[in-house]
Amino acid sequence: MRSRFQQGLDELKERLLEMGGMAEAAVELAVDAYTKRDARLAQQVFERERLINQSEHAIDELAVDLLAMQAPMATDLRFVLAVLKINSDLERVGDLAVNISQRALSLMQEPETDYPVDIARMTTAVSTMVRRALESFLSAKAEVGQAVLEMDSIVDRMKDEAFVNLVQYMKAHPDRVRGCLDILLIARSLERIGDHATNIAEDVIFWVSGDDVRHHGPRGHEPDLDAIHGE
Amino acid sequence: MGAAIEVKNLNVWFGKAQVLQDVNISASANAVTAVIGPSGCGKSTFIRCLNRMHETIPGARLSGSVQIGDVDIYKSGQDPVDVRRRIGMVFQKPNPFPTMSIYDNVAAGLRLNGYGNRQVLDQVVEHSLRMAALWDEVKDVLKKKSGASLSGGQQQRLCIARALAVQPDLLLMDEPCSALDPISTGKIEELVFQLKTEFTVVIVTHNMQQAARVADYTGFFLMGKLIEHDKTEKIFTTPSDKRTEDYITGRFG
Repeated sequence: MRSRFQQGLDELKERLLEMGGMAEAAVELAVDAYTKRDARLAQQVFERERLINQSEHAIDELAVDLLAMQAPMATDLRFVLAVLKINSDLERVGDLAVNISQRALSLMQEPETDYPVDIARMTTAVSTMVRRALESFLSAKAEVGQAVLEMDSIVDRMKDEAFVNLVQYMKAHPDRVRGCLDILLIARSLERIGDHATNIAEDVIFWVSGDDVRHHGPRGHEPDLDAIHGE
Repeated sequence: MGAAIEVKNLNVWFGKAQVLQDVNISASANAVTAVIGPSGCGKSTFIRCLNRMHETIPGARLSGSVQIGDVDIYKSGQDPVDVRRRIGMVFQKPNPFPTMSIYDNVAAGLRLNGYGNRQVLDQVVEHSLRMAALWDEVKDVLKKKSGASLSGGQQQRLCIARALAVQPDLLLMDEPCSALDPISTGKIEELVFQLKTEFTVVIVTHNMQQAARVADYTGFFLMGKLIEHDKTEKIFTTPSDKRTEDYITGRFG
């Protein structure tokens, strides 16, 4: 085995896991900023997102170097391709953490309200998805990735419920529309983070088994329009 | 048109040593099949069995069958010279006839087969050199320069033209680029890709990137056995056998 090549692969894995940790922490911080109504926490998310972006560049560069210089094959090729895609997904998770922070800052301008959406529960589900997706990458276990795919529809359903509940709430409380929109956008960002965790899990499955499982399961739940209109 | 290849239960011995064990492989007509594997795995022996060249080695023995097109080349009574006439071969080191002109090198096979008509020879020589992507470089010195006066890459293309001149059903290439620089290698690879419209090609290579670039199918040999044979993209992205995976990722041994 080419030791320089193996070192490159190990470094790529280590850096991606590090970036995964940063993205995961940014999401939790952003949700904390919302629940604690703490602008400093939101500010910290913006700083972390810059680090995530830097990390994305470094990983891309390393992966492209390995492709160009070492011409990886088979499982190594799938690994580098998966890393490139996961890298992009993690960067988007960082962006979505920023979106949540911006909505949290906006909500801080509104009176504190008990909106009919369980953001904490949704965050727990999404964080679990991200963590398990990264665990599947760390352990190279496709079955762990598979479990993430199964969780995606749960999070999608939570977002749909949030949509339905918030529409009803806005009708009853027109003075809270702005806050409701912020909350809806937070729920939407969390659901998107779940989608990125799903992508990561799919990429791990591709790396480990060579199977392309994208677009095979139920995806992209639309809000239940009957429930919204048929009240 | 190229011919399909069907190899069944091929076993080969040199003296007491068995060098190929129970090889079964089908290769489609007008496709490029690459044969890869570590040194000594039997890949060169394998392609030499496809034109009965292995039997020129003293002590060589074979069982099984090899069908090229509709001809069982090991059928009793089958003349090995007839077989080789239908199957062109290009070797690792370019081997033009050094004292012959470029023209005579290409025409040699036809003359051996009894073709003497000047006009026909002229046409076949030009067509073969064009197919080998050498015509433009040598058309003005066809009879003035010897084969040996060309560069290594040109000599190899000359050998390809010589092999093509007899219009073979199958072209065997045994590491045809290993002595060539990257530019010449690129030209030969491009050529192989184009030749498959008219011929079936089997190429032995140590260069896995080359196999990935030129071949439709790839077979991996290890210790005399065909471990895996599949579409090239499958072999190089998701091989089925761990031994193939270990070899192509460099974890072998």
